[in-house]
Amino acid sequence: MNLYSRRILTNRIGVALSMTAMAFGLLALLWILWTLFYNGFAALSLDFFTRDTPAPGTEGGGLRNAIVGSLMIVGVSALVSTPIGILAGIYLAEFGATSKFAAVTRFVTDVMLSAPSIVVGLFVYALAVATLGGFSGWAGSLALSLIAIPVVVRTTENMLLLVPNSLREAAFAVGAPRWQVSLKVTLRAVSSGVVTGILLAIARVTGETAPLLFTALNNQFYSTDMSEPMGNLPVVIFQFAMSPYDNWVKLAWGGALLIALMVLAINIIARAIFRKKSSV
Amino acid sequence: MSAALPAANANAILSVRDLNFYYGDFRGLTNISLDIAKSKVTAFIGPSGCGKSTLLRTFNRMYDLYPGQRAEGQINFHGKNLLDRKQDVNLVRAKIGMVFQKPTPFPMTIYENIAFGVRLYERLSRSAMDERVEWALHQAALWDETKDKLQQSGFSLSGGQQQRLCIARTIAVKPEVVLLDEPTSALDPISTGKIEELINELKSEYTIAIVTHNMQQAGRISDFTAFMYVGELVEFGRTEELFIKPKKKQTEDYITGRFG
Ligand SMILES: Nc1ncnc2c1ncn2[C@@H]1O[C@H](COP(=O)(O)OP(=O)(O)OP(=O)(O)O)[C@@H](O)[C@H]1O
Ligand SMILES: [Mg+2]
Repeated sequence: MNLYSRRILTNRIGVALSMTAMAFGLLALLWILWTLFYNGFAALSLDFFTRDTPAPGTEGGGLRNAIVGSLMIVGVSALVSTPIGILAGIYLAEFGATSKFAAVTRFVTDVMLSAPSIVVGLFVYALAVATLGGFSGWAGSLALSLIAIPVVVRTTENMLLLVPNSLREAAFAVGAPRWQVSLKVTLRAVSSGVVTGILLAIARVTGETAPLLFTALNNQFYSTDMSEPMGNLPVVIFQFAMSPYDNWVKLAWGGALLIALMVLAINIIARAIFRKKSSV
Repeated sequence: MSAALPAANANAILSVRDLNFYYGDFRGLTNISLDIAKSKVTAFIGPSGCGKSTLLRTFNRMYDLYPGQRAEGQINFHGKNLLDRKQDVNLVRAKIGMVFQKPTPFPMTIYENIAFGVRLYERLSRSAMDERVEWALHQAALWDETKDKLQQSGFSLSGGQQQRLCIARTIAVKPEVVLLDEPTSALDPISTGKIEELINELKSEYTIAIVTHNMQQAGRISDFTAFMYVGELVEFGRTEELFIKPKKKQTEDYITGRFG
């Protein structure tokens, strides 16, 4: 067998192996999605959005309290983590490039990025829940923010590092101080990338369950008071899916589908924004 | 063997004395001394890597952005040493503007590209700002092409237009000196011609220092020319004299294309 046909053979084997691996991955994914859509859509109805989680043993019910709670907890955490994450990212990329403080911040950010979310939940539990008297929506937002911030910091920093120095120099050359150069020129140059990062961070925390178990807990009733325990989709799904009641299990499927669709929508929006702006 | 200082010039706006520049341990400029005359065009020529950009970037302390780069010596501007640590660098840069080789519009509208720098040091009413933007675009010979699309992105312009936008943006803050580092090397002959005309018009009000690889361009637009070679100033004088009867062999060889 000559060298050439050996290469062709190796190539074929390689392709076959990677195709098989891909098929396995794809099959698992499709299976999950199919199950989710099949069971999830069956659960969606008007009641699903307008009624609250049912008490044990009662019929019907919906997820209104959990949906509203989730939106509020995630919304607050987005409002908190966006400015902090962006400013910290700017600091790392534009101000403290070589400082020791920046190196430490970068390290801590990386650790937080890979920390299991349950650890973050326990941390906030110890810090805010156990000391300040009880589970609350605020504590939930805090936990989610701690997960989202490192993501925003790292994307902002990485996007800013892509800005060519020539643009930075041009802004300095008209006499702009560094903070104006950062906020008005370089950050703007990569705004679509940064927005994408924020959206992906939001998508990530939308489905987080563990940190909310220890913080926002759950609330069977409709409530918009963030200082009280709050209903939220991930925890409701967690509880209902393991319950013996048929209507609870059904609601859990519907909730799972809803989260999946929200995350999907955020991802699509993020991609659309990134594609539109970066083609200029 | 730094060049003899030309007769002390009362009209010097920038006077450089014994300037040495270091990129870390590497010495990029050696004992440079020269005067940049007010309201004149001074051209810097020399083979690639001889330190023209380095010298220009000391005039507005652009090198300050990079740790490890430092300058020693004096650059006197209105009686003060620009290189002094205590100098307000941002103010220096507002007085001594710079246009780079590649056009670098800011990621904002054409209008905002110009207003950005103005807002840093002046508080103008809306109408005064509109006037300033129009004035700057006129000065850069760009008004007719942009007056109907001031709210469009600066990137929507062609390369030559973008470069004129960068010039407009620099002029808009009313600097005293304009530094141009090969401003036409990325442009076609027509855009180049426009920018050369522009430089000719601007020199009555501004002092211009320009780096160029184009001998004809240096000859056409400059009053004084400095020839540099490996970090040193070899010859500096009136453009006609330097081009017609250069005093140094190296200068003659370079101008006649025998090296570089
Ligand atoms: N950031 C830097 N770090 C280290 N050395 C540098 C740096 N920038 C330039 N140099 C060196 O300094 C010397 C002068 O460079 P400079 O850019 O001033 O040359 P130039 O005359 O502008 O050349 P060109 O005509 O190619 O633009 C060169 O030897 C170059 O290698
Ligand atoms: Mg250069």
